[in-house]
Amino acid sequence: MEPIIRTENLDLYYEQFHALKSVNLDIPEKAATAFIGPSGCGKSTLLRTLNRMNDQIAGTRIEGLVSLGGADIYDKNMEVESLRKRVGMVFQQPNPFPKSIYENVAYGPRLQGIKKKSELDEIVEESLKQAALWDEVKDFQKRSALGLSGGQQQRLCIARALAVKPDVLLMDESTSALDPISTAKIEELIRQIKNRYTIVMVTHNMHQAARVSDKTVFFLNGEVIEAAETKTLFSTPEDSRTEDYISGRFG
Amino acid sequence: MARRTDFDEGLNQLRELLIRMGTHVDGALKEAVESLKNSDLAKAEEVNRRDAELNAMEEEILELGSQLIITQQPVAKDLRRIIVAFKISSDLERMGDLARDIARVTIRMDGQPLVKPLIDIPHMASIASTMISESIRSYMDENTDLAYKMAKDDDEVDELYSAMLRELYTLLLDKPESAPQMMLLQMVGRYIERIADHATNIGENVVFLVTGRRPDLNS
Repeated sequence: MEPIIRTENLDLYYEQFHALKSVNLDIPEKAATAFIGPSGCGKSTLLRTLNRMNDQIAGTRIEGLVSLGGADIYDKNMEVESLRKRVGMVFQQPNPFPKSIYENVAYGPRLQGIKKKSELDEIVEESLKQAALWDEVKDFQKRSALGLSGGQQQRLCIARALAVKPDVLLMDESTSALDPISTAKIEELIRQIKNRYTIVMVTHNMHQAARVSDKTVFFLNGEVIEAAETKTLFSTPEDSRTEDYISGRFG
Repeated sequence: MARRTDFDEGLNQLRELLIRMGTHVDGALKEAVESLKNSDLAKAEEVNRRDAELNAMEEEILELGSQLIITQQPVAKDLRRIIVAFKISSDLERMGDLARDIARVTIRMDGQPLVKPLIDIPHMASIASTMISESIRSYMDENTDLAYKMAKDDDEVDELYSAMLRELYTLLLDKPESAPQMMLLQMVGRYIERIADHATNIGENVVFLVTGRRPDLNS
């Protein structure tokens, strides 16, 4: 698997706090990579670094390289908007716009200048299908997105992110607020789309990482302790700290 | 390292059950061979009767291990500890069946005198008995060296079995009237040889437990 994202000697500081320490990591293209580790280990910080969400936090300082498809995303010529079009994100809490289901998904493509109704219809349908929501909403796309259940709202947010055809989809604990059935639907959709998109997910649920990801990265105190094929990391981890953490014996 | 009290206690219970199974199998093998050597029908009946206890212990291991998987969702070595406990209990249960089969040979012979004193069979049984203890110890201590040593012991049992077959064949030519008893003794040799194979399987499982990779020690 070719890396699409690469970090080299990446350090990140929030004021004096050293949140990421010399992170060297390859994220394979068109596969799911999961970040696991205890709270405060840096996994969400690294995820937010991949689409420059940390830019908005005052006092953040970054050293080292983060590249997407070979290009330095922190280069002064990199446009953050175009970066975020290529690197979409889904958050812990579903955050649909207070608009119709259709408009939520069509929003991004419209911003990109797509005006033709038939084209937008096609994108909305395809995105909702990829997000495994189409069958449930196809007959009432004009209804408010806020009337959907939490799990449906989260899948709508995934459809909205996919509508702009990103290369990478970042998921920050995207199922932690959902019930087991909704979680299972999202895990299934990740399995369905991961050979078309690069997915990077942060999860507190280790078994979710084991179920859906191809590669798993274990973080501790801002460092990458181990990055390996998921099957290997959960059966024969190399580092005893990884084994202790995944076995629930950490601390 | 933090402890997971419930889980660790569950694992300890699994270990204790495996030790009990191992001790039981070892005892059954020794008693069965003794019963054959001394034409002791009562002892043979006792071995035959007590095999049910071993089956119950295997069931207990399956039940406890399943509960630990359901409630604790173990991964990596913790998961292998349970998978391996299942496999070892299954091997021990089969070894118990084989010891019972030896006792049943004693019962079938019904006190008839042996055509020759037993030499190879007690020798094979003694090595197999050591292998049973070693197999349990290798699991307890997660000792792969012991697992590999058992593979060598198994080769010795195989050689003794081959030698025994040759001897029985020669005897058969001399005393064709003893053929029925010799066939039974040949079966006993085969049962012990199988017990040693199962002990070697346990060694393989210990290597899998420790390394995550499965060797073939029985080839």
